[in-house]
Amino acid sequence: MIATFRNWALDESPSSRQQAAWGNRYRIWLNLRGNALGMIGLTIVLVFIGISLFAPLLATHDPATQELGNRLTAPSAAHWFGTDELGRDIYSRLVYGGRVTLGMVIAVVVLVAPIGLAIGCIAGYFGGIVDTILMRVTDIFLAFPRLVLALAFVAALKPGVESAVLAIALTAWPPYARMARAETLTVRGSDFIAAYRLTGGSSWRIIFRHIMPLCVPTLIVRVTLDMSSIIITAASLGFLGMGAQPPSPEWGAMIATAKRFIFEQWWVAAIPGIAIFLVSLAFNFLGDALRDVLDPKGN
Amino acid sequence: MNRRFKSLAATLSSVLLTLFGLTVLTFLIGRVMPVDPVIAAVGDNAPEDVILRARTEMGLDQPIPVQFLHYLYQLAHGDFGMSVLTKNPVAQDIVRFFPATFELATAALLLAALIGIPLGVWAAVRQGSFTDQAIRVVCLAGHSVPVFMLSLISLLVFYSALDIAPGPGRQDIIYDGMIDTVTGILTIDTLIAGDLGAFWDALAHMAQPVIILAYFSMAYIARMTRAFMIDALKGEFVITARAKGLTLTKVIWGHAFPTVAVQLVTVIALTYAGLLEGAVVTETVFSWPGIGQYLTVSLMNADMNPVIGTTLLIGLIYVGLNLIADILYRVLDPRVK
Amino acid sequence: MVSRRNFLIGGAALPFLSYIELADTAFAATPKDILVVAQQLDNMTSLDPHEGFEAVGGEVMSNMYQKLVRANSDNPDQVLPVVAASWEADADNKVFTFKLADAKFSSGAPVTGEDVAFSLQRAIKMNKSPAFIINQFGFTAENVESRIVAKDAKTVTLTTEQPTAISFLLFCLSANIGAIVEKKVVLANETNGDLGNAWLQKNSAGSGSFKLQAWKASESITLVLNENGPYKGNLKRVIIRHVVDPSSQMLMLQKGDVDIARDLTSEQLKALQSDDSIVLVRKQIASLVLISLNQNNANLAKPQVWQAVKWALDYEGMQKNIVPLTHAVHQSMEPAGFPGTVTDTPYKQDLEKAKALMAEAGLKDGFDITLDHYSAQPYPDLAQAIQANLGAIGIRVKLQSAENRQVLTKMRARGHEMALSAWGTDYFDPNSNAEVFCINKDNSDDAKKKPFAWRSSFKSDEFTAKAEAARDEKDPAKRLALYETLQRDFMANSPFAVMFQTTRTAACRKNVTGFQLGVLSEGNSYLETNKA
Repeated sequence: MIATFRNWALDESPSSRQQAAWGNRYRIWLNLRGNALGMIGLTIVLVFIGISLFAPLLATHDPATQELGNRLTAPSAAHWFGTDELGRDIYSRLVYGGRVTLGMVIAVVVLVAPIGLAIGCIAGYFGGIVDTILMRVTDIFLAFPRLVLALAFVAALKPGVESAVLAIALTAWPPYARMARAETLTVRGSDFIAAYRLTGGSSWRIIFRHIMPLCVPTLIVRVTLDMSSIIITAASLGFLGMGAQPPSPEWGAMIATAKRFIFEQWWVAAIPGIAIFLVSLAFNFLGDALRDVLDPKGN
Repeated sequence: MNRRFKSLAATLSSVLLTLFGLTVLTFLIGRVMPVDPVIAAVGDNAPEDVILRARTEMGLDQPIPVQFLHYLYQLAHGDFGMSVLTKNPVAQDIVRFFPATFELATAALLLAALIGIPLGVWAAVRQGSFTDQAIRVVCLAGHSVPVFMLSLISLLVFYSALDIAPGPGRQDIIYDGMIDTVTGILTIDTLIAGDLGAFWDALAHMAQPVIILAYFSMAYIARMTRAFMIDALKGEFVITARAKGLTLTKVIWGHAFPTVAVQLVTVIALTYAGLLEGAVVTETVFSWPGIGQYLTVSLMNADMNPVIGTTLLIGLIYVGLNLIADILYRVLDPRVK
Repeated sequence: MVSRRNFLIGGAALPFLSYIELADTAFAATPKDILVVAQQLDNMTSLDPHEGFEAVGGEVMSNMYQKLVRANSDNPDQVLPVVAASWEADADNKVFTFKLADAKFSSGAPVTGEDVAFSLQRAIKMNKSPAFIINQFGFTAENVESRIVAKDAKTVTLTTEQPTAISFLLFCLSANIGAIVEKKVVLANETNGDLGNAWLQKNSAGSGSFKLQAWKASESITLVLNENGPYKGNLKRVIIRHVVDPSSQMLMLQKGDVDIARDLTSEQLKALQSDDSIVLVRKQIASLVLISLNQNNANLAKPQVWQAVKWALDYEGMQKNIVPLTHAVHQSMEPAGFPGTVTDTPYKQDLEKAKALMAEAGLKDGFDITLDHYSAQPYPDLAQAIQANLGAIGIRVKLQSAENRQVLTKMRARGHEMALSAWGTDYFDPNSNAEVFCINKDNSDDAKKKPFAWRSSFKSDEFTAKAEAARDEKDPAKRLALYETLQRDFMANSPFAVMFQTTRTAACRKNVTGFQLGVLSEGNSYLETNKA
């Protein structure tokens, strides 16, 4: 079965468009598999996603159960990672927290990256008045202090993870647009784009089929780099009532609340910190690997 | 000449448009915010009649369009209004808070670029090697550990335990009120005052927050540099240059890097703008009286004049940086025409 | 031994070697005549004593100005003379005569009856937030010049509208609103008929221990000695540095870069208890942590639910574990340390009883409700514990954390269901709290007065009448007895669950002595502070 697919996909002279596309994807996968760091990244990401999915099976305690008399204890057999400020099991909260945290990060990225990419490419390609308008809008959002926007959201939306995602998304897209535009500007005048134009390709087709893919690799690098800041930003919005609703755990919020006793009970902050670092490291390795294998200029 | 004038006019009007957009948006947000600005002015426990009076005095009982026009009128006269919290004109506050942040952000950016760019280039040249991976992990750590954690740990280690760095604040209390404010940038003011002791003291106080902010920003700069350089090193002209027998160093810095420099301009502009606004956490831990703290405190109290003033200032800097970046594109990159 | 500063400076200043020797003398630990304090100075908006109305500013002002009298933090029944040497009431309890002691303003001019009368008149005429504390005696902008009069350089009389208990009047005059400012200086700095308000917000003209040198918002306040004032210790300057982060405060204190840290957390204080180089000055202050149940919610309007909530909370557990050093269990609406405060804590966690009360209310299956709370610690921790406690009796609580001004805005608009918030008392008299908790005569949305009880739509004619009777009682002992009954009734029968009273701690380095904390922030005093 797999062997058949392999042969079909790697056929040097594909007989259909579909076959060619699959061939391309399969080659990308093969390239990625050859990238050790990328595979490590992928594995860690998958492991964390698995942990989040199977949280109820993996957790040793109810993440919401408090035991006030047993707060801020050091890691032990009963509580593998110790307990937090309300005597809750940190390990179980970490496991459950992955769901909220990863979900949030992925939601932001999925919302933000395409929007930023599209706006940047369109602005860069058309130039002139389109560019001016889009870039001024981008500038307005870019220059807009995050907190100001977030507070406005508190007024307009029901507090919760969703509003945090929206608030972060609204402030996160402009840099992507800026990057994509910059990249578009450098390729817009190149020969192959000119050639497409001569063959009568519509502007939209050129943008979506030829320019955007060129911008994707850089975008991936930035997106994966931003993942950890998304988590941390989300936590910083927590004091406005945005983000995960207690008692539901979330890594960023776990770190933020543990800030008070960072000198006295350091592990309470360190453990979610390590989780965020690991995930972000993994996403970054994966992102770099993807960048390398996806880069059309490199192939 | 005429064309140049036209493009200048277009640029100027687009800048004004951006600033106007920022003003409208911030103003509106201020009016829908779930915080009553009067509370900050009169105190939490003020009786109702005082609140009503203050609301009228602050013009908040007027319809929002009227309030807005009034604000624009003020703004057109160069008046940013008063801060309810500090009881100072906003312009005066900004003149005090901005230089502190500017000093921090600029130093951090320089440091981040000076270290980040060479690291990125190095990683790109040795793509896939141990060096490459080590650079990525080290940079990334700075980006994924929350800044407050880095800051507090740094204080604990370098200030508290090792005793080689000064504590929070911009200067030692011994210099409190001793240095005349000229630029507001303490390292410059102390030099103007000719007080070298104060200068070194100010510099020493900057070290920790600057290094932390630089470390945080370095990840982005280094990684983007790496990504761009990998592309550039694959370019035909690089291969040609290599074929001509040029040394690797010459190829990297003489041929590949200049093409990358253009793209880096945007990266650096974005980083800088982010530093100006985003240094709040660092400012908080290091008791640095900067614009980030000013903005946050004002915002939490719905003291909107400072919020709009600060937003406009940050907006102006963003727009300015982006304009410079755009111009540099045109100047530096022959491909952009 | 090379100190860190010399190390740094020496290292960096190699080209300026000659400078090192200079630096050596300049960089001793904080000088003995300068007291450096780390404190959060966030909410301060004005240092005009007749305008400023929040805790931090209140403390600063009370170190720059004197009042006729001051409350005695250690003995709440007593009022101590300051600018007034003695006082007496006439037979009707309407005319009060104050004889002045000798005091001098920082300008060197003596404090006269003219200054005292002007100051009190100014407070009434400006009519800023704290003015109600003394205008409740019937003073208005129109009549104040005839009712507060300087008879001569050493005598001032106050005539109240109604017969008044002298203890009540004195307590109110001990608040910052009763601060004496120097008439000549203030009027010299008047702009647009503001009675010097704009100038006094950022300057001082008082007779207190210190005068204001500089207030840099979000950075520092510098006070310098008033040579003519009452301070006799060795301090020449007090620098209060705005340090937001408690961890930063802690490190600076341990290093000796600050002499006093004011905002340390429970965990940090615990660590300092065993530290010989630090002395903790502690005081229960007039700030209560309580849950308000908004009566516009049908479920929360049921008296059984009030009771059920009060019996469901684990006061002890929360206090002992979450806020051991910063709060004490307290259930009366009057803070401990005030005259006549009831300190019993009849409510303990009793889930069976609470469940039974819920069933009695017809809410056996519980209900869903939102609890608004401040986002600053320890409120989020307390809120989550409360959420768990109430969850045990079927009340499903959704937590809504927000900045404190945001919560206040919501409460003032009656937008909350349940709210966990703090209430700080305005002046040193039981009426201060009794009035806001009990006296609500108009419960409509556009009421003229909107006391704390109004915010939660709570109107009880019984409590209103009792609080007014206690306020107007002339006999001091009887008055306190009335307040005591009122407190017990209120505890048993109101939709407010008072849980804790805040304890403030100033962590001082060992060489700093005599810093005093008061029940109200205006009692926080550097008057006796010395640095060895």
